[in-house]
Amino acid sequence: MKKYSLLSLASTGFSKRNWPQAWGSRPLQDAYDVVIVGGGGHGLATAYYLRKNHGIRKVAVLEKGWIGGGNTGRNTTVVRSNYLFAESTQFYEHSVKLYEGLARELNYNIMFSQRGMLTLAHSRHDLDAQRRWANAMRLHGVDSDLLDRSQVSQLAPALDCSPQARLPVLGGFIQRRAGTVRHDAVAWGYARAADALGVDIIQNCEVTGFEVGADGVQALKTNRGTIKAGKVGLAVAGHSTMMADMLGFRLPITSYPLQAFVSEPLKPVLDTVVLSPASGLYVSQSDKGELVVGGGLDLYASYAQRGNLATVEQVLRGLVTLFPSFSRLRMMRQWAGIVDVVHDSTPVLGRSPVPNVYLNCGWGTGGFKAIPGGGWCFAHTIAKDEPHPLTAAFGLDRFARGALIDETAASGIAH
Amino acid sequence: MLLLNCPHCGPRNETEFNCGGESHVIRPSLDCSDVGWANYLFFHHNPKGVNLERWRHTFGCGRWFNVARDTISHNITAIYSMSEPRPDTSNGCVGAEVLS
Ligand SMILES: Cc1cc2nc3c(=O)[nH]c(=O)nc-3n(C[C@H](O)[C@H](O)[C@H](O)COP(=O)(O)OP(=O)(O)OC[C@H]3O[C@@H](n4cnc5c(N)ncnc54)[C@H](O)[C@@H]3O)c2cc1C
Ligand SMILES: [Zn+2]
Repeated sequence: MKKYSLLSLASTGFSKRNWPQAWGSRPLQDAYDVVIVGGGGHGLATAYYLRKNHGIRKVAVLEKGWIGGGNTGRNTTVVRSNYLFAESTQFYEHSVKLYEGLARELNYNIMFSQRGMLTLAHSRHDLDAQRRWANAMRLHGVDSDLLDRSQVSQLAPALDCSPQARLPVLGGFIQRRAGTVRHDAVAWGYARAADALGVDIIQNCEVTGFEVGADGVQALKTNRGTIKAGKVGLAVAGHSTMMADMLGFRLPITSYPLQAFVSEPLKPVLDTVVLSPASGLYVSQSDKGELVVGGGLDLYASYAQRGNLATVEQVLRGLVTLFPSFSRLRMMRQWAGIVDVVHDSTPVLGRSPVPNVYLNCGWGTGGFKAIPGGGWCFAHTIAKDEPHPLTAAFGLDRFARGALIDETAASGIAH
Repeated sequence: MLLLNCPHCGPRNETEFNCGGESHVIRPSLDCSDVGWANYLFFHHNPKGVNLERWRHTFGCGRWFNVARDTISHNITAIYSMSEPRPDTSNGCVGAEVLS
């Protein structure tokens, strides 16, 4: 791997040639110690940490399309750790901390912009709930500040903070270390660093079945032949149920489309992420000037990566209600990703019912922020065959034990 | 957008309805194991293809009914009452014609 530095970028940039390939296309082997299914952020980060932290020698990532072509490349890139319960806060905070050092770690500019995330309070109840939420975060050592209306208005002047607004802004709270990260760069950065350590990243390779023996999966069937594996990690987000069906067990997952929208670019107008749970909207402004807008899940389960008109209307209604001056903006793009929703909005990370198969799923609407932490803990789980302390509570067994972590703050938006 | 044919009111816009999730999930006896109870509550089918699901005409007559809907094309191939048995989905579809 050629190291990126100011000097190397300047010299290659001026000569306009010899741009090194970021990662190579290696040949597919017939057997691996660990095969990761799914080349999204979680799969790639897991492969990287399997080599880096645990020294596992032969690791492959199999991706049916192109890396980062799933939800990792479709999300609205908000990274934060403003959760309510101890289990979630500690895990997501670990992930945010890894993000803070990730550009250096991977020698790849992931453009983490810690511009803060502001959650609005529109009612007395919101104010009370936020006080509890922000204080819970502080007790776990995560930064949070409660704000009154004038502080909110100063942070986001485009917001309609007038008393006669349909959703009056009474206050809010901010996690200042939250922000946005360039999503493709996370996939590419992990891919490049994992490749440099010897991980095989195989694109256009779809897993279509498994050969299961007495001690678990022996091989994976793919459109490129059969591949033997010592252990298998599944990180396929909204398609996790397809994997479980092939392996003969069930998951507590429902797959829904989640949509996002991007406006035409405009001059700098919003330099923080704004979330309004009451209106079902969150919005930030990209470095190119576009507004990046998201909201809640579509209304019913679906694998159609299109998105539903009722949700479009709901989200954009929220946008123009809170920011009347955005009402004449044109939306340039709309898309959906299929997300893996679990009843308690907490991921499933740990062993599966098949002995050498491990699960990384259930991230639902919020797993981009979890990529470094998820990869870190999933690699530990696979390498050691035991959960990482930070994700010990996220196992599939929690449903029968009644130990759900009903993380209301997981999406920030009521679903 | 779906046009759902409520058995009581006729075709209406999907925004008048709520989807209540998978149909024909049978509640085990109350002395079942914790695993059995978790399966009943949480571990459902989530198919890519025909799904049999319950819908309610919440902002209309309030009635519950069953729908066979493809989760990729969103085609609805059957609408039937809550008390009717599970239709055969073995050939990947339900009913002959597309209702909406
Ligand atoms: C519109 C939208 C907005 C979002 N906004 C945010 C946000 O602001 N902040 C946040 O934290 N999270 C957000 N999320 C959630 C986040 O994007 C996901 O939780 C996260 O990207 C999941 O990463 P992953 O690696 O698990 O899945 P993915 O990136 O989806 O990767 C899974 C991969 O598995 C591959 N695959 C599937 N089946 C097979 C097979 N049979 N064989 C081989 N490969 C297969 C897929 O092609 C895919 O590339 C958003 C999601 C969406 C859709
Ligand atoms: Zn009706």
